[in-house]
Amino acid sequence: MEIVSDSGEGAQKCGQVFGAVSAKMGNGVWTVEIIPAEIQPPARVPEGASGFRIRLGDRPITNWGDATNLVVAFNEQVLLARHRVGALAEDAVLLVEDKWAAHDDESIRAAWERGMEELSERRYRIVPVPMEELCLTIVDDAKKGKNMFALGMLACLYARDLTRVKEQIAQTFRKKSEAVYAKNISLMELGWSWADEHLDFRIDVPVQEIDRELVVMNGNEALGLGAIASGMELCAMYPITPATSVSHYLSEAFEKFGGMVHQAEDEIAAAGVAIGASYAGKVAFTVTSGPGFALKTEFLGLAVMTETPLVVVDVQRGGPSTGLPTKVEQSDLLAALFASPGDAPHVVIAPATIEECFHVMIAARRIAETFRTVVMVLSDANLATGVTPFARPVPDARWQAAPLDLSPVPDGLKPYAWNPDTGLSTRIIPGRPGGMFTLTGLSHDEGSKVAYSSGIHQRASTMRSRKLAVLSELLVPPAPYGAPEGDLLVVGWGSTKGAIEEAVDRARAAGLAVSSLHLRFLSPMEPGLRDIFRRFGRVMTVEINYSDERGDPHITEDNRRRGQLAMLLRASTLVDVDCWTRVPGEPLRPGAIHDAIRGRVPRGVDT
Amino acid sequence: MSHCALPLLPEQDDHEYELSDYEGARARWCPGCGDHSILAAVQKLLTQEQLVPEQTVFVSGIGCSSRFPHYLKTYGFHGIHGRALPVATGIRLHRPDLTVFVVMGDGDCTSIGAAHWVHALRYNPDLVVLLLDNGIYGLTKLQTSPTTPQGFPTNTQPHGSLLPPIDPLQVALGVTNASFVAQTAEWAPAHLFATLRAAYRHKGLSFVRILQRCPIYAGPVYQKLVTDPARIALLLHEDGVMVPELGKLYANHVAHDPHDIHAARRLAADRDHINIGLFFVDPSRPRYEEIRRVAPRTAAERVALLNKELDRYAV
Repeated sequence: MEIVSDSGEGAQKCGQVFGAVSAKMGNGVWTVEIIPAEIQPPARVPEGASGFRIRLGDRPITNWGDATNLVVAFNEQVLLARHRVGALAEDAVLLVEDKWAAHDDESIRAAWERGMEELSERRYRIVPVPMEELCLTIVDDAKKGKNMFALGMLACLYARDLTRVKEQIAQTFRKKSEAVYAKNISLMELGWSWADEHLDFRIDVPVQEIDRELVVMNGNEALGLGAIASGMELCAMYPITPATSVSHYLSEAFEKFGGMVHQAEDEIAAAGVAIGASYAGKVAFTVTSGPGFALKTEFLGLAVMTETPLVVVDVQRGGPSTGLPTKVEQSDLLAALFASPGDAPHVVIAPATIEECFHVMIAARRIAETFRTVVMVLSDANLATGVTPFARPVPDARWQAAPLDLSPVPDGLKPYAWNPDTGLSTRIIPGRPGGMFTLTGLSHDEGSKVAYSSGIHQRASTMRSRKLAVLSELLVPPAPYGAPEGDLLVVGWGSTKGAIEEAVDRARAAGLAVSSLHLRFLSPMEPGLRDIFRRFGRVMTVEINYSDERGDPHITEDNRRRGQLAMLLRASTLVDVDCWTRVPGEPLRPGAIHDAIRGRVPRGVDT
Repeated sequence: MSHCALPLLPEQDDHEYELSDYEGARARWCPGCGDHSILAAVQKLLTQEQLVPEQTVFVSGIGCSSRFPHYLKTYGFHGIHGRALPVATGIRLHRPDLTVFVVMGDGDCTSIGAAHWVHALRYNPDLVVLLLDNGIYGLTKLQTSPTTPQGFPTNTQPHGSLLPPIDPLQVALGVTNASFVAQTAEWAPAHLFATLRAAYRHKGLSFVRILQRCPIYAGPVYQKLVTDPARIALLLHEDGVMVPELGKLYANHVAHDPHDIHAARRLAADRDHINIGLFFVDPSRPRYEEIRRVAPRTAAERVALLNKELDRYAV
């Protein structure tokens, strides 16, 4: 279901309340914001559509689904936007504010007529609703209240628990006055009674008993909370969509945990401040998105070369360049691995769920510290803005870094005393007597002495690389979702896990021998992949990045540019890994993935 | 510079640091390079102020002058071109107990790292920031820098540097919240030392532009200044840099109250003389790492607070 409006009409607040109530009642919930690119787009234009999509289920929901079955729209133009991008199901019910039909302005009436005509191409059921007229019986400005009316209609249609709805409204407007709360309740009740009286259908989504403690948040809040739980104390950043909300959250919360957000003068400085802080003690992190990451890469190389631990979070958006600032893409994978010139081995991890956004920060901090390396965390706009309940984490003091060790350095201990077997060495921080050395980005020996001989560079490069091999030995081979063998294995990474697995479920239900595999570690690559791939007839990645389509003009097997994970897997396994990738500027729909699977495995019971 | 958490006197074991305690690798700058004299002055400062080597960090960028940390036996961070200041800021934010020096060349500071320079002056963390300004790119072999005098030929501007040079002092004095701006010259070691000492003792970012000769690529740049002391004027004030023994060599004296920002800007723009001394100081300006200081938390405290925080998100 979706609520769409012009920007500033409160559709998102309505959706948030509805989503929270549904989660508390025991439905699976995934919500995602529909965000226009501009802050204050003009009213009544399709590109200004602002809103909220909520997917409900009788079991945990892992993605935003396919098409919307019910829409509440505050004008026909924003509704047309959703229609034109194919967001609406064939038989969707559209509850539309009807005041535009009889508007004083002739051009608005004409636009309404044209809009209705365009919508009538499909089998939608269009229900005009006098939202404005009814809201004006309670408030002077319907803009400030229509969202609660919409909430009431939805609560009635989906049989939400009225007490919980009221509680959630109280919590949402807790900073406002009692009068505001009372008005919002009246508006919500008005919407409920209108729907109860005028609408002849109800939607039943059975609830499950909640048998464990849950928390609900978006992926960026989870990253921020995870950073706190990991014991990191400095987040250095520069504003960039869609990463900034991590720092919004932390700017409010971090100081009470002994941490701070430093908004630097630019992306480069943010990386530099984080590296300076890490060098001086505890691991710090910087959070950015693609264009910002591009600027940080020289510092990333320095951190790798000097073995200074650092966590870099990239909340990916569409690229290249400024690209699609608010939209999801998984196009930074190869940049995350290879953006730094020279050989700069480091760790790349991609959380697959909002819950993993929390836990990945704890792993990232620990790996960065233990392996004296850079850990990149690749989230994306889908995780950043998606909201879903997950098992409440149980914080553990052991997740955090130990207090600084400022004891004297043992005689003879060098700053890069590489263990020849593992490449690991003990980090020496300033303040430790007897440990004085100059860290340098120049090639250096165990003592951090600038070294130009090829022998030392070869050996040091080996040591930095060996650490990744050691880390990969600690990883458990991933387990396929579905059967361990079959006709097709779909491989994904990052935020697509839920959609891919839902598509696999549908394919398997239709009798196809399809499984999926989801990777968290992209560097080092997770172990055992070749053995897993061997048990499937074909292997195909599903990714939100660009690849050439087979059969397109000029495209051959030799010149075809493939998905980014597909390239990596082909290189590391020598398996002929295929790919199906799209860059629609929105999360992949399970139905589309299912269709792609069908295209690769044209068998099954009903084909 | 802050000495809040630092013992000014020798540590408990009564160890007195000598010059040799601060000597790192043998300096590999060209013979006659002004950096040698700056290194000597810095080592003298460390010795005289008895800075604890392990609690002292020198951060540099890239360029001839950025080799500086290698030649000292303190902690050092020889990072990337133009980015010494963010690194130093990160160190100060996390470890206010450490004394941090930043050494940059004119390319580092006024060109590739100019954004960081401006903003670091505004953040005003407690750092001693030395701009070793030889008016040329030396390590990459004779290219124009922003401070190269107009008309001076280089490999990238063979018909002479195209534009009037940037004036680091005027830039620094134009930045809101800058708290210490001074100029000195490496060929006047007594003045150099006195300026470094004043910079070290100032709490906040002390920006010191040091005129520094590069005899290999830019010999003529400061030649007239060196040979003709009449081209130099000493800024004198009891709150500034006073070196009485230089009074005779440098006969031009300007009484300048370093608390007067307008006079400081006028003197920086003076084209009749090169003024050396303290242009501006205001120890009351806010220091970033101090206004950002937060109470530390133990792991257990953090766990308890985190549980409370998670309650806010509970379903």
